[in-house]
Amino acid sequence: MTIADRWLLPDGMDEVLPPQATRMEALRRALLDLYHCWGYDLVMPPPVEFLDSLLTGTGTDLDLQTFKLIDQLTGRMMGASADVTPQVARMDAHSLKHRGPARLCYCSNVLRAKADQHQGGRSPVQVGVELFGHAGLEADLEILRLALASLTTAGAQEIHLALGHIGIYRALVQAADLDADSRRALFEAIERKSPSDVRALVEVQVTDSRLAAMLKALVHLHGGVDVLDEARRIFSDAPAAVSEAFDQLQALCQGMSSEHAQVTLYVDLADLRGYQYHTGMMFAAYVPGYGQALAKGGRYDDTGKAFGRARPATGFSMDLKLLASLVEQLPACDGIWAPAAAAPADAALDAVITRLRSAGERVVQALPGQYTGPTEHRCNRRLVRMGDDWQVSPLA
Amino acid sequence: MSKQLIVALSKGRILQETLPLLADAGIAPLEDLGKSRKLLFDTNLADVKLVVIRAVDVPTYVQLGAADLGVAGKDVLLEHGAEGLYEPLDLEIARCRLMTAGVTGAEPARARRRVATKFVNVARGYYAELGIQAEVIKLYGAMELAPLMNLADEIVDIVDTGNTLRANGMEPRELIAHISTRLVVNKAAMTMKHERLKPLIERLRSAVVARRGETTTS
Repeated sequence: MTIADRWLLPDGMDEVLPPQATRMEALRRALLDLYHCWGYDLVMPPPVEFLDSLLTGTGTDLDLQTFKLIDQLTGRMMGASADVTPQVARMDAHSLKHRGPARLCYCSNVLRAKADQHQGGRSPVQVGVELFGHAGLEADLEILRLALASLTTAGAQEIHLALGHIGIYRALVQAADLDADSRRALFEAIERKSPSDVRALVEVQVTDSRLAAMLKALVHLHGGVDVLDEARRIFSDAPAAVSEAFDQLQALCQGMSSEHAQVTLYVDLADLRGYQYHTGMMFAAYVPGYGQALAKGGRYDDTGKAFGRARPATGFSMDLKLLASLVEQLPACDGIWAPAAAAPADAALDAVITRLRSAGERVVQALPGQYTGPTEHRCNRRLVRMGDDWQVSPLA
Repeated sequence: MSKQLIVALSKGRILQETLPLLADAGIAPLEDLGKSRKLLFDTNLADVKLVVIRAVDVPTYVQLGAADLGVAGKDVLLEHGAEGLYEPLDLEIARCRLMTAGVTGAEPARARRRVATKFVNVARGYYAELGIQAEVIKLYGAMELAPLMNLADEIVDIVDTGNTLRANGMEPRELIAHISTRLVVNKAAMTMKHERLKPLIERLRSAVVARRGETTTS
């Protein structure tokens, strides 16, 4: 084994060094404090669970993303958590059994077997909230507001909020009554927003001309909030579920624009992200300079069914590593430099260091023979002897 | 990703056919792309820049948001996977077919068919769907040589006229997909810059439609 083999880290497994680690921890605390103030209780899911519990609900498409190992005690397959949401859904449905709405938050290390295309690699730190037990728009709006508050806490300035609703596509594709192959092809074409591919499919497979026109229009319906008005005209005789989805999106847009004037709204009626588990509104928040969403969420009702209790659910999650990169602030140079301990112990020095530290000051005590000085250790003051006592004085 | 638009263009033949479309949509590079060794070019529009890169790199640039939009062949997109990309426009240029091909008249003898290609993901998926066990060999060029040198039984490659195949004693066999060049857009860019992007895509769309008329009349 060469030295290179010893220091090399596996692909996508990154260590966090100072000052980034300090920033991440400060942000983690700020976010959990924020969720506490909004009434969300912290949960800490286990790092490993049986695979059967991880790959349910929102986790159904996580099979390839999950690191697997065998439990020597039971012979059952276990998985390292690749997404916290299914774990929190299990806690709500089985472990907690709250009668009313349950508000839960978490911040956990997760592992991904396949590296994310973007930053985050294979070891992101997932932070998020889930609200169980309320099916109304008020719950969705609370989640949206909390997501924006989280991004603001992280220092995001120019937030673009993309809103969608999976009910639109679900209702249309159900009405179209396609076979499995064409449905998969149509899904991919709409996901890519490729009008030519959608047209080619729809013209052959969909006999109802009004429905065909709606499916073809879907890939163009994204942009500012006025997209909803345009959509209402085109989809005037669509299934009831579609206009219901429009109403919900309209209400969410109104709720957001009245309070968050600095947030730019974007509506995408053909957003199919998380089609496997989303059941209602979905959102993603973007910030200039990042080619991916910083926060993603939406409604995913009834995923608790696998654990014996179907409940309405809505929530969002973010990657703390990515969030902490929003503000590249250097840590403050605010420490106090103390001289190395003397041979007969200096009780006055020890006492003053203890007093300063318990008052929350960062005190760095030199070690005998140390070459580096106060500036290298981010100190802007030093302890100086004044007679029998020690005093804090600015660096000369 | 600022308010600037970065457009990633595929080098080579696709580039020659893309530039007139861009010109019709009101975007022209300030210098001759063919004569310069630069990779990043200014255009007549202050907020639009062009990068000229290898075709296989275009999806990566756009996916990761280094470029907001790009021009790439469907063959490259099929091989690369379209996750994180929108494909709002078929530019209808550089049309060809992605096909299997083999030595003229030869029967695929082996139980495990050896296939030489640079489209390994496409080839794996295609043969698996047919229920054929295929051993895929990655090559970077001159696919036609592989069956002749007994390196492979079949190849999967782009076929335009089929002349190169015939010149090497080979024949095209099964069609895998019709290929043309597509406009691809980063999802985050579409969200944050739709006011700039949507009119641009519409202008390109009209340019494509106008050209369609020309080719049918000529």
